[in-house]
Amino acid sequence: MSDRTLSGKSSIAGIGQTEFSKDSGRSELQLACEAVHAAIIDAGLTPSDVDGLVTFTMDTSEEMEVARNVGMSEISMFSRVHYGGGAAAGTVLQAAMAVATGVADAVVCYRAFNERSGNRFGNMTGRITTLPPWLSWYAPYGLMTPASWVALHAHRYMERYGVTNADFAPIAIVDRANAATNPGAWFYERPITFEEHQQSRWIIEPVLRLLDCCQESDGGVAVLITSTERARDLPNPPAVIAAASQGATFDSEMMTSYYRDDLTGLPEMGLVGNRLWAQSGLTPSDMSTAFLYDHFTPFVLMQLEELGFCGRGEAKDWATVERLSLTGDLPINTSGGLLGEAYIHGMNGITECVRQIRGTACNQLGDVVHALVTSGTGVPTSGLILSKL
Amino acid sequence: MSARLTPTITQDTAFFWEGLKTERLLIQRCDGCESLRHPPRPMCPQCRSLEWGTIEATGHGTVISYVIPRHPPLPFFDDEYIVALVELDEGVRLVTNLVDVSPAQATMGMRVVVRFEHFDNDLVLPLFAAESIS
Repeated sequence: MSDRTLSGKSSIAGIGQTEFSKDSGRSELQLACEAVHAAIIDAGLTPSDVDGLVTFTMDTSEEMEVARNVGMSEISMFSRVHYGGGAAAGTVLQAAMAVATGVADAVVCYRAFNERSGNRFGNMTGRITTLPPWLSWYAPYGLMTPASWVALHAHRYMERYGVTNADFAPIAIVDRANAATNPGAWFYERPITFEEHQQSRWIIEPVLRLLDCCQESDGGVAVLITSTERARDLPNPPAVIAAASQGATFDSEMMTSYYRDDLTGLPEMGLVGNRLWAQSGLTPSDMSTAFLYDHFTPFVLMQLEELGFCGRGEAKDWATVERLSLTGDLPINTSGGLLGEAYIHGMNGITECVRQIRGTACNQLGDVVHALVTSGTGVPTSGLILSKL
Repeated sequence: MSARLTPTITQDTAFFWEGLKTERLLIQRCDGCESLRHPPRPMCPQCRSLEWGTIEATGHGTVISYVIPRHPPLPFFDDEYIVALVELDEGVRLVTNLVDVSPAQATMGMRVVVRFEHFDNDLVLPLFAAESIS
């Protein structure tokens, strides 16, 4: 590979998080500080070793507030990534680029919020006084929640390929089964059956039932990225960043990309997938596990197609409980995902894949060599491939 | 009694909302290459022209997707309602509501025609009814 590659140059050396709950009882800034500090400790470093910070544009904890709380002194790089949950792996991309180019030596990416007890994304009642311009094309018609934005897109996919809501059940069943054996998951010891999925109430008919929608959570997650060379000598086995990419394609909107010729795919994720495979030299069949961003189940099926795990329109038959479970060919969302573990805007998918590579996950798979992580879909998005050293 | 959330109008989009007040459904058309675009925006992605005018849509179109939001309850939406993505015969798409159509009657590919609905907050929205019943 040429010198102009990101692949392999940096690694995730530290991970940190708070507990995941429905009411943290403390500020978003405190959650951010706790998670960031935990990631630094986990990496075997000190706050003064950190010289870069990256978060989401949606995050309320400013970089300098985090730095002054945690006691960091000199920050040479700070950056934010837009588009909601699409930012998750994108934060790691920013950090990896900074480390690979020598702009920074140790960068912490964080996301912390009280999304359940505080500002809930799906609750527009009484919250919006002036609509942002883009929402003005949707809110007057009652299309106001992430679930409804996704469903109007996904219904077109269902129509095209003969997919029904029952075809989404395997994703929810697998996620909840994995959460059931993860003591840190909100839905610990609470698996679901196919019947329970099908009997759960409609949120957006005829696309999304309650059990197709991820939960809402309070919590914080952080990861620390440094050079692979340095990470080698730190306490925990590095999760090498084999590939990282963001993806935006023509005619994107924030969850309402309804104006493209074809509404049966997620072209942003197709772009991310192509970049990840090219950068890493790996293929879908090389993945030991995948954390596929699961805010809403239909977009997990569409991701499997965009990433090349199966062909267009094939996911409804390909994505079986057997194949996606811990003992299957492609175990997904081994911590329980956003449906089962917690909704920390996708950052908890990155930490779970790091644990799988380290061999310390609660639902530990056999030898995990390569893990794929994706970020929020239906928006400009991002993805990562993490590998064992 | 009947209102809807008020859209935020910008310099790029004012013509659309103004047109609705006189029951005209206007589509932005590039002066450079004559391509149509919606939602409105200042530059044509085909030819980069900043010059544009409008055409009045016939108001006929086809439902290419729809959903029935059940939860959470929203202000201004007490009754069951259908949100549809309609492709106008001119080729551009817009999000709207279907009126006088029950969820059981809604289908992909359904032919619809615009019906201008006047709301209390000085707002007119282009909603759509089935072609066959209007």
